[in-house]
Amino acid sequence: MTFLSTIKAAALSAAMIVSVALPAAHADEQYFPLQSYRVGPYAAGGTGFFGGFIDYLNLINIRDGGVNGVKLTWDECETQYEVERGVECYERQKSHAGAAAWNPLSVGIAYAMIDRITADKVPLITVNHGRTDSTDGRVFPYVFPLLLNPYSETSGIVNYIASKEGGIDKLKGKKIVVLYHGSPYGKETIPIYELLAQKYGFTVQQIEVPHPGNEQQSQWLTIRRAKPDFVVLRGWGVMNPVALKTAVKVGYPVDHIVGNVWSNSEEDVIPAGDAAKGYTAITTQASGNSYPVVQEIVKTVYDAGKGNLEDKSRIGSVYHNLGIVNGILNVEAIRVAQEKFGHRTLTGDEVRWGFEHLKLDPAKVEALGAKDLFHSINVSWDNHEGEGYVTFQQWDGKKWNVVSDWIAPDWALLRPIIEKSAEAYAAEKGIKLRTADDADAVTTN
Amino acid sequence: MIADFDYQFFLEVLVGGLLSGVMYSLVAIGFVLIYKTSGVLNFAQGAMLLFAALTFVSLVERGVPFALALVITFAIMVAIGIAIERTVLRPLTNKPPITLFMATLGLSYIIEGAAQLIWGTQVHGLDLGIEDVPLEIGGVLISQFDIFAAVVAAGMVLLLSLFFRYTRIGLSFRAVADDQFAALAVGLRLPLIWATVWAAAGLVALVAGLLWGARLGVQFSLSLVVLKALPVLVLGGFDSILGAIVGGLLIGASEKLAEVYIGDYFGGGIESWFAYVVALVFLLIRPSGLFGQKLVERV
Repeated sequence: MTFLSTIKAAALSAAMIVSVALPAAHADEQYFPLQSYRVGPYAAGGTGFFGGFIDYLNLINIRDGGVNGVKLTWDECETQYEVERGVECYERQKSHAGAAAWNPLSVGIAYAMIDRITADKVPLITVNHGRTDSTDGRVFPYVFPLLLNPYSETSGIVNYIASKEGGIDKLKGKKIVVLYHGSPYGKETIPIYELLAQKYGFTVQQIEVPHPGNEQQSQWLTIRRAKPDFVVLRGWGVMNPVALKTAVKVGYPVDHIVGNVWSNSEEDVIPAGDAAKGYTAITTQASGNSYPVVQEIVKTVYDAGKGNLEDKSRIGSVYHNLGIVNGILNVEAIRVAQEKFGHRTLTGDEVRWGFEHLKLDPAKVEALGAKDLFHSINVSWDNHEGEGYVTFQQWDGKKWNVVSDWIAPDWALLRPIIEKSAEAYAAEKGIKLRTADDADAVTTN
Repeated sequence: MIADFDYQFFLEVLVGGLLSGVMYSLVAIGFVLIYKTSGVLNFAQGAMLLFAALTFVSLVERGVPFALALVITFAIMVAIGIAIERTVLRPLTNKPPITLFMATLGLSYIIEGAAQLIWGTQVHGLDLGIEDVPLEIGGVLISQFDIFAAVVAAGMVLLLSLFFRYTRIGLSFRAVADDQFAALAVGLRLPLIWATVWAAAGLVALVAGLLWGARLGVQFSLSLVVLKALPVLVLGGFDSILGAIVGGLLIGASEKLAEVYIGDYFGGGIESWFAYVVALVFLLIRPSGLFGQKLVERV
């Protein structure tokens, strides 16, 4: 090789390196720090949810080249659903540039992060869970219990029971037992059941099951003696199948048990075997893989060998579909924010603005390929839940079947209680209530 | 007031509690076997139980016939027991009990991790073919499955008793349990005995894992059933199989009765800690438990 050709080759190589490196260095990327849990006691839920979330992000990247050309990136940090590990992950991942939002899917980790993410100005998404009063965006600017907070869930369940009985006025004189997990999560709805019982004239008995809930003989004998018209199961993990099995053991009819949103997955019913047949549970997103968006994920992501779930039979399961819906909400919030701030990497505060203007009506949901997968969402600067609708599904021994229309919780009844709780929190922490103008002031760098 | 007392309901709670206690005893027996011969509180017993149930159900789901899956799982549990004895406990012989306890604590995490690594994290149903519908006996509803579990537990205790009473290795086990140094002095092979005991603990883990797995589903939470066995051991004594049985019955019955009759005064959900209250009271009165060996040390 002559000296000249060597120089040419070197120059060409350098040019190629620069041409490859430059787009990577300057490409717009929006990053999701994922505090996932794929081992430990709650791994079944974690693999399903984070699998669905990642599958949707992959779909957007592969099919659309990202959101308006902005590639979606993520990395996972294992929490095993433990708060201290979740906080460690937060400390490790927060330095990554371009963080869009945190999605830990853990009440404990979310609670531990509220002050931190508020200081960082990056949204914290607690889809279907989290503290109820974080619905109030005046006090919690960066926390979003999207679709369903625990109080709305309670109202949705009571409305469903009323529909089974023939109307809300038929609740008068009925008896409902709430069997709840012995944890802050389980106890969160105690005052709301009491309130709704007073309002609608039914009696309520609330019985605690100590964590983890692998023994419930005494609770179910008490329930049998109380002879309730319905039992609401507010469980988590192993508590759910044990509740269904013990109900059968003491002769309580399973079709009169209504599960909450964390008692509604395949993992809750499969271990209970035949005992779970006829069990009904609330959900914000239907299960199954017939929805166009799920089909597209199968075709575009799984057929390309990039699917996140090892076991393809779990595609369309409750947790997987929740992950997909969560992906839709996160991506659409970014899209909304990009329309205002530009098609580029957004700051956390800009994404917060996007969430606060996230409005997906049924027509838009259909356009996203998610008709009947979930109903709609209408988030605003002061309502961070977004008025999600609920539906009910019944387990037939093999799969869930939707057995109700979309039901609206009684938001008007709940809002003053939420505001009162949020204002008390603000007073305790010395937080000044945010206004609409405050919400429109966005940090752009 | 006494006239209003619902005796039938009381009886139901009591019987249900006793039968739950049998399930706790099943786990506790595994602890007793190891503790009796080696003085080690094997905290990994819960993880072994998880591993056994997960291995069994995974094999069955892959088409292995029930009986063959049982044999293969048992063989694997024996191998694990022997491997633990060889690689972890034997090198730590003569180390303080707390060192051995910490070793088994570490082992429990390793076994749990290995179980999930090999068989995955999915929750599995386990059907042993025993219906869990209630039988009405004298007006009291009793679970068929619980009766089955009680019969299995009784059978296992009988089997272990016969093994330790009438076989050569079983007699050696009793000698070691009485006095390790004396047993060594008369030429008994401690490693062989320990390996046998770990294999027996593997069998107990398999039986308990299948019964608990059929009740809870086979999932990670199975390893948490050790928490149910600890008050049983404190109450019955760490080195007595009979103590594990009686302790299980007492703990099961007392925690259920307490939950139903006094739980409301404490806001409910008391049974998990009430079991430890009962155990602590016994500990204060009889530090070695109901049937535990009294330790007399010359100082």
